[in-house]
Amino acid sequence: MKKLQKADYIKMYSFMLKIRRFEERAAQLYGMGKIGGFCHLYIGQEAVVVGILMTIDKNDSVVTTYRDHGHMIARGLDPKRIMAELTGREDGYSAGKGGSMHMFSKENNFYGGHGIVGAQVPIGTGIAFTHKYNGEKNICRTYIGDGAMNNGQVFEAFNLAALWKLPVLYIIENNKYGMGTSVDRAAAGLDLYKRGEAFGIPGEKVDGMNVFAVIEAADKAGKYVREGNGPYILEVQTYRYRGHSMSDPAKYRTKEELDNYKQTDPIEIVKAEILKKKIATNDEIEKINKDTLEEIKKAAEFATNSPFPKDSELYTDVYL
Amino acid sequence: MPALSPTMTEGNLSKWLIKKGDTVKAGDLIAEIETDKATMEVEAVDEGVVLDLLFKEGEANIPVNKAIAIIGDPNEKVEVKKEAPVEKVIEEKKIEKNIETKFETKKDNIIDTPSPNIEEDTNLSSEEITMRQALRDTMAEEMRKDNKVFILGEEVAEYQGAYKVTQGLLQEFGKERVLDTPISEHGFTGLAVGAAFKGLRPILEFMTFNFSMQAIDQIINSAAKTLYMSGGQINCPIVFRGPNGAAAQVAAQHSQDFSSWYSQVPGLKVIAPSTPYNAKGLLRSAISDPNPVIFLENEILYGLKGPVNNDINFSIPIGKANIEKEGKDLTIVTYSIMLQKSKEAALRLKEEYNLDIEIIDLQTLRPLDTETILNSVKKTNRLITVEESWPFGSIGSEIANIVQRDAFDYLDSPVIKVNSADVPMPYALSLEKLYLPQVDDIINAAKKVSYIK
Repeated sequence: MKKLQKADYIKMYSFMLKIRRFEERAAQLYGMGKIGGFCHLYIGQEAVVVGILMTIDKNDSVVTTYRDHGHMIARGLDPKRIMAELTGREDGYSAGKGGSMHMFSKENNFYGGHGIVGAQVPIGTGIAFTHKYNGEKNICRTYIGDGAMNNGQVFEAFNLAALWKLPVLYIIENNKYGMGTSVDRAAAGLDLYKRGEAFGIPGEKVDGMNVFAVIEAADKAGKYVREGNGPYILEVQTYRYRGHSMSDPAKYRTKEELDNYKQTDPIEIVKAEILKKKIATNDEIEKINKDTLEEIKKAAEFATNSPFPKDSELYTDVYL
Repeated sequence: MPALSPTMTEGNLSKWLIKKGDTVKAGDLIAEIETDKATMEVEAVDEGVVLDLLFKEGEANIPVNKAIAIIGDPNEKVEVKKEAPVEKVIEEKKIEKNIETKFETKKDNIIDTPSPNIEEDTNLSSEEITMRQALRDTMAEEMRKDNKVFILGEEVAEYQGAYKVTQGLLQEFGKERVLDTPISEHGFTGLAVGAAFKGLRPILEFMTFNFSMQAIDQIINSAAKTLYMSGGQINCPIVFRGPNGAAAQVAAQHSQDFSSWYSQVPGLKVIAPSTPYNAKGLLRSAISDPNPVIFLENEILYGLKGPVNNDINFSIPIGKANIEKEGKDLTIVTYSIMLQKSKEAALRLKEEYNLDIEIIDLQTLRPLDTETILNSVKKTNRLITVEESWPFGSIGSEIANIVQRDAFDYLDSPVIKVNSADVPMPYALSLEKLYLPQVDDIINAAKKVSYIK
């Protein structure tokens, strides 16, 4: 496994915290009517994307679902512009035309942000196809929600990826619920990581509340894919603290279940490790907390002060 | 009071989870709020001391955005504004509704050169080739020019194409660029769209467009919309091609015409060639276009022979109709296979009724060349549209709308549409003939708009 440096611990902690503070602020702006439509928060799942981030090459591609704010932050994108997309302003990553679910950054190889459950899976497979076609050593990381694992096109993509040995790493973020339906009420056979078995795709289950476990698995899987062996599936067990989207009160689960997961909060795990290993002091951690809060506060200010798109923008970007 | 759902306008304060004097941190739960849908917990996003709770537990109907508590630094003087004016939840923007710009098809992406016409082309081949060969040659020429162009689909490689349109491509370009796919339209269409997002230029063959319905989510939601949703960052240079419409007695599930389905979608361009000549010029433009293009061929036309322009840079601009035949008495607007039937009808109309028919071959369905249609109608004052599509919401329906709006005063009779019957395609040969537009149907429509009994 990749040897973690002191700076890596700080990086992980900072990114996870930044995602959490960002999402809390997004919830507040939603509550104030500054963000509209659907808004899916990533709180609780931070260790998944940050763990994967620690093993990524900047020329690797990423494609994900509509629960994408945290993915963009982990990709190193500017929280100001992400928040400005959430508020539908011209400084947003999609110039205010995509919104929370449809954000992209081509220059950072971030290919969305897709609103249709499962649609990103063949797309990610096609991006991986391009890496191979061009003779590049890069891979495409394709994130999949547990809900999409019952969607037909996912298996069509698995078949093609295995058939053509494409460099794609499929990461199932199993947060236990597809909207309000728990995995056991939707999936026949709960081991989602085994769903590539028939195609000869290896799979593995990972503790997604623990970033160190995610890094270890992602490192191994990433190497396998990069070496030209074809696709690999990681099923990362995680949990979203919030409802499916902002308007979901999450009545389909108990408070005890939620509290239970909060006991293994992914950010607290990293913080404890940092303190135990004496990588930073409590004061230094507090400074990161304060700086992060400040950065996100500024992002919210930026996003609420950025102008709405010009009326003429209604008609641009339909065709190139 | 936070809005906790898209429709919430006021909420009830069920329970405080903090009290005056408490220190809260970002992420701490502070209250339970009852919304129009459920009771939900609310978290703090700022740090500080609870200086005041502005509403009591149980207070109801508190408008969204009204201050409910003050959290801050006890050493700073905070102005308590319980009656602070409620900020408008949605900042409404005044959008000037300019009918011209709102309902017109935008034309700024159309190359403003007329369509080359076969009659005036001085560079025609001496030998006639089939439509099938014209399509094949064009793909091969473009694949030689740019190695980012590749082709995928069912039976396109080893089988040499279900309709032999890809014959010889595997032998010339190899299996890396000519790929047989499994029967898996949803999957391989999504894959091709992803490849196009990443910079390749796929040509995706549907064995027939009937099977594109399996993949229509990827065509519309992914290929057509991503440029817009990404604020202009990610384009999708892909050609979806294959036979469209009826073949011969393949019945309901294999005989559908999709021209108006795809033409309805902003972000797609839709092309329907009618001859080997325009198939070549239009397919070249489609492959070179940076946008997703639906290229609707016709199985019955694959064997149609005609001369072509063999210049490897010859192209016909997208968005330009061709005036196939000039005339002064009546305009027929048509495309694809119905061009042949329209020409036959025009000959008989001349012989039997001395009507001089103008025939417009649309070539591109979206963006539609409204200018050529309107100019023709202003000259002939009569219009019929002829197409294989079902009648409801067809290409002809849109043309009728445009013409009544922009050339109302020029019309000497109502516009008549000639379409297929409004039923699923039957199998029986006799019924199939009844279903499809025939030359006699076109003649009857022409007589009607000319008030000939």
